[in-house]
Amino acid sequence: MEILSLLGDGIVTAVQPLNLMLIVIGVSVGLFIGAMPGLGSVNGVAILLPVTFLVPPGSAIIFLAAIYYGAMYGGAISSITLGIPGASTAVATTFDGRPLALQGKARLALVAAAIGSFTGGTVAVVLFTGFAPALARVALSFGPPEIFALMLLAFATFVGLGGDDIAKTIFSICFGLVLATVGFDQVSGAARLVLFDMNGFLGGISFLVLAIGVYGIGEMLWTIDSMRGGITQSKADYSVKGIVEDSGTTVREGWKGTAIGSFLGFFVGLLPAAGATPASLMSYGIAKMLAKNPEEFGKGAVGGVAAPEAGNNSASTGSMLPMLTLGIPGSPTTAVLLGGMVIWGLVPGPRLFVDEPEFVWGLIGSFYVSNVAAVLVNIAFIPLFIWMLRMPFTVLAPLIFVLSIVGGFAAMKDMFDIWLLLVFGFGAFFLRKFDYPVAPAVLAIVLGPIAEPTMRQSLLMSSGDPMIFFNRPIAAPIMVVAIILILLPVFKYMLDRRKRSAQRG
Amino acid sequence: MRLGEIITAGLLALLSLYFMYEASLNGFGYTRGSGPQGGFWPFWLAVGMLVSTGFIALNWFRGTSPASQSDEPLLDAFGRKTLLLVGGGIIGFVALVDIVSMYGAVALFMLYYTKVLGGHSWWVTAPMVLVFPLMLFFFFEGAMQITMPTGMSFTDPMYDILYNIIY
Repeated sequence: MEILSLLGDGIVTAVQPLNLMLIVIGVSVGLFIGAMPGLGSVNGVAILLPVTFLVPPGSAIIFLAAIYYGAMYGGAISSITLGIPGASTAVATTFDGRPLALQGKARLALVAAAIGSFTGGTVAVVLFTGFAPALARVALSFGPPEIFALMLLAFATFVGLGGDDIAKTIFSICFGLVLATVGFDQVSGAARLVLFDMNGFLGGISFLVLAIGVYGIGEMLWTIDSMRGGITQSKADYSVKGIVEDSGTTVREGWKGTAIGSFLGFFVGLLPAAGATPASLMSYGIAKMLAKNPEEFGKGAVGGVAAPEAGNNSASTGSMLPMLTLGIPGSPTTAVLLGGMVIWGLVPGPRLFVDEPEFVWGLIGSFYVSNVAAVLVNIAFIPLFIWMLRMPFTVLAPLIFVLSIVGGFAAMKDMFDIWLLLVFGFGAFFLRKFDYPVAPAVLAIVLGPIAEPTMRQSLLMSSGDPMIFFNRPIAAPIMVVAIILILLPVFKYMLDRRKRSAQRG
Repeated sequence: MRLGEIITAGLLALLSLYFMYEASLNGFGYTRGSGPQGGFWPFWLAVGMLVSTGFIALNWFRGTSPASQSDEPLLDAFGRKTLLLVGGGIIGFVALVDIVSMYGAVALFMLYYTKVLGGHSWWVTAPMVLVFPLMLFFFFEGAMQITMPTGMSFTDPMYDILYNIIY
């Protein structure tokens, strides 16, 4: 009861005129920043941090949290309408959001993203409200072996359940993981894989260079080539009745993905090294694994949009929890928020809930209000996004190319990376022709920088004994499930052979 | 397509070998008591890439992949033309950034694509060439405070005017 009373006070604080105005402005600004390729919530929060000194600390963090929420919603927009992930958190949304848009179902994809995001955000904030201290302790019990096991599980869902050519899928994952190791070795600090002795590789290869190259350039070239000049305008349309129908479709077809993303995303968001990007990718993988028709994923499944969107929104709330209760940021954006709180004179940690209850519960209340504001603003802007899609293709295509290049430069600030982006784009175009799946490579370059250090830290902890992954109560079952999934294609192959020989016999 | 698939697999196998060589420079062994060396992870992943290309070649030999059963060319006349005009346009766009600035290159690329490739009227082309780069400028330089390449010195007068507006 005490929690409900405190939450009630928090919501009253959040709907004060100044705070409500900041929430609406924050989610709107965040929506557009998130939708811009190359820019994510961290850019919005960092750039607008100085603006918050004009308002009291409580209102300031509410404003920044609203930007964070808005950007999480916004990332899906460019993934769906343009086929370019707006931010790393929206990479998985591209896998099914873009095919839906190409089938003339952009409205359905945008509605599924909005509903998935709203549900994920709401579930997360309810979990946050009820179980904050207990969940923070659980998150702390996840060490490097457990996080490595989770990363392996994420890769395994792509190998074991992909309908694609298994050899090409494994190649794609390994390729992405090798690219993630370019630059400096995170453990020893030595330069590593400086390809062709080019200094540009010293800074590593950002996932954005690969993702924008593959989806912004490669995918567009492939679309233009495969459509044989047949597409002039998208068939996407907008109507209130259509949105209501799409909401029903999302509930029917996307409920499972939404539920998986909402709960899994929150928990992955709690883990200090993880954040919303692995959460969305893992939600996608698990939703695919548990789907009735996993082969539809990647071709325009509603669950394939709802799951990662629910996952990344849920994780964005989840990552606030270790920041507030332990002072440990769960993502780059929460690291900036943490910095802001310190500047405002607040000390994140276990004492924050006792010393500053008004601030904490005002912030939690603002999560509820921001979530509602974000879904309303998002749905209100759907006509604008659909209008963009209805432009003639010979206008839309150069806009996508330009946003890919300009957005890529905005994120990387180096022309070397733009040339590399083109190499990946043209490479992806040709590999796509030979049915190489590119999504696992993008997944791998995102999760690789988490997987490798956690594996090596684990082995350092165990003095080189790999059994550390199998003799810990949380890591062991996750590892076993991951290994079974990796071996699933072999089992399937053997089963098929036995069936064939039985038929012959 | 059939020939293309095996050539691609061969090129990717060579790339895997190159990655293995580069990774081996950091040591790819496993030190008892302390775990893997710096090149261990990328080296064995590159081995994974190489083994995968072996299986891809095996599937090609057995004719089980769609591409290995196809007699169609990798790129027909339309595909070659598309790649030349669109792909060449994008390469030209990026090459122009260091000369005419990012926004100048955007304007020229939009002119090329909407007018030359798209065949649109000047009513459609003009906003794409003039207004769109300006919108990008005010968003990135003004709102997000992200500076884009300004090209060679002859673009300075234009930037002086624009920076006076936002600062």
